[in-house]
Amino acid sequence: MKYQSQKVAKLYFIAAIGLFVGQILFGLIIGAQYIWGDFLFPEIPFNVARMVHTNLLIVWLLFGFMGAAYYLVPEEAETDLVMPWLATLMFWIFLAAGAATILGYLLVPYSSLAELTQNDLLPTMGREFLEQPTITKLGIVVVALAFLANIGLTILKGRKTVINLVLLMGLAGLAVFFLFSFFNPVNIVWDKYYWWWVVHLWVEGVWELILGSILAFILIKTTGVDREVIEKWLYVIIAMTLITGIVGTGHHYYWIGTPEFWQWWGSIFSAMEPIPFFMMTVFAFNMVNKRRRNHPNKAAVLWALGTAVMAFLGAGVWGFLHTLAPVNYYTHGTQITAAHGHMAFYGAYVMINLAIISYAMPLLRGREAANSNKSQVLEMWGFWLMTISIIFITLFLTAAGILQVYLQRFSDSPMPFMVVQEKIELFYVLRELTGLVFLAGLIVYIASSFVGSNEPEATAEGEVVAS
Amino acid sequence: MAQAFTKAMARNIFYGGTAFFFLLFLALTFQTHSVVPERDNHEAINDVVALGKKVWEENDCIGCHTLLGEGAYFAPELGNVYKRFGSTDAIKAFIASRPRDGVPGRRSMPQFNLSDEELEAVAQFLKYVSGVNSANWPPSPQG
Repeated sequence: MKYQSQKVAKLYFIAAIGLFVGQILFGLIIGAQYIWGDFLFPEIPFNVARMVHTNLLIVWLLFGFMGAAYYLVPEEAETDLVMPWLATLMFWIFLAAGAATILGYLLVPYSSLAELTQNDLLPTMGREFLEQPTITKLGIVVVALAFLANIGLTILKGRKTVINLVLLMGLAGLAVFFLFSFFNPVNIVWDKYYWWWVVHLWVEGVWELILGSILAFILIKTTGVDREVIEKWLYVIIAMTLITGIVGTGHHYYWIGTPEFWQWWGSIFSAMEPIPFFMMTVFAFNMVNKRRRNHPNKAAVLWALGTAVMAFLGAGVWGFLHTLAPVNYYTHGTQITAAHGHMAFYGAYVMINLAIISYAMPLLRGREAANSNKSQVLEMWGFWLMTISIIFITLFLTAAGILQVYLQRFSDSPMPFMVVQEKIELFYVLRELTGLVFLAGLIVYIASSFVGSNEPEATAEGEVVAS
Repeated sequence: MAQAFTKAMARNIFYGGTAFFFLLFLALTFQTHSVVPERDNHEAINDVVALGKKVWEENDCIGCHTLLGEGAYFAPELGNVYKRFGSTDAIKAFIASRPRDGVPGRRSMPQFNLSDEELEAVAQFLKYVSGVNSANWPPSPQG
């Protein structure tokens, strides 16, 4: 760690991991409700628990992104943050607003929360992933603006690297497209159409810029490969991301009342969306193979490579699986979607956050380069437990989805939704058991921060491999 | 090594490609705006439907159900529920009759204690959505 103000990232990372634990616990609750329908009913109905599960995910990823930005922007810009105090202040505001919102979901009925927060004035609640009260959404805008000002001014003051610019573009895009969450017409077609301008243009658009720049930063730091090479790759990857991903939004416009020409545009462009993810995989492995040095933080390198592979599998392959309109006609809104969602979010956004946390946290805690061997070994156990779990969760949900599509939509005598749900219960049981393994992996991961603190740092054996 | 493909070229592809395809996306959006009024059943939108959408949102129905395939996958698709149930009365009766403490061992919709006006409104909202031209989706009436 070269700049004092990078330290603020530590708060963000710790909060991110804390909320991650909450996300997983609520994931296990809703997973259990898929098996025992009355589990925790009526105290915590499914919709409330799911809202907590998905909202915690979004919030902790945002905490992670902000932490990542506060860590890497000063280092790239070669100057301290212009307003470190603002970063600390916004942290507490965001955390308090987030906690209040989650408690609101859990403690009062959602309709009371809507009333309490004056949803009538500007109704934005009750739409998937955008369930936050309008006041919380306004708070998110304030936090985002303060955050952007802070890192934007820092970059303006310091060195302008490609990584910093791409990260800033991604974060600015995140803030801009969030504004569509305030647009909620009665007309359901337009409601849905512009809802995707938040959701799709986030996760299949600007967030990939954030992902790409964080990955590029970690690879520069851990491989010692020339910045020019890495930045060129970064440009090509994000170019492909947006060239395919923007019009690729069309894969959400097949069945919501929008014209049928979207079936062509959506199918063709989203069929190409795996390309940037594939390039990211090639990129990451190439850079590690061409490394000029062995970095002692092997866990961070593992997370970086893992991100590249799992993002390609989850977002690329599992996305492609159901993105063509004739296929999507049958799979739309089934467990196939859930399968894709789980691996894509884990592979792309959870893992990139854990990668930057893995790289930065030892430095923020006063290590020279890496944690002790003991700690890293445990962290890598966490990596494998969580990653293998998510692969199996995805496979089980895919199996459930295929059966659901067949029984409910494809066979000669389609069965009612609830009848089908009972028939595919086995896969929900398997998913839940795998979810427990995921939780174990997360516990091991967290434990790795607390072991081996008194042992010496790991060292890189076999200096300078490639030329 | 000769630099056949430079960083500047990569950068230009990024900015040029992004600008071009974003403009294409805006053009397609513009075209969508001119076609959607023929398919979106907007004639059915009135104050009751607007209230119905508010009831739909303020009880987080999307947290369990899908609507035109979007939402959660815990409970049945409702974009076509008006057709599946056959009437707004059947929809209202179903919502109103949910047991407060659920059904032992099974999934059950919560009892939302909606007023008669809200019940009517949410049923009218679902009727309106069923009139949206969704390109023949879902494939089966089961949703």
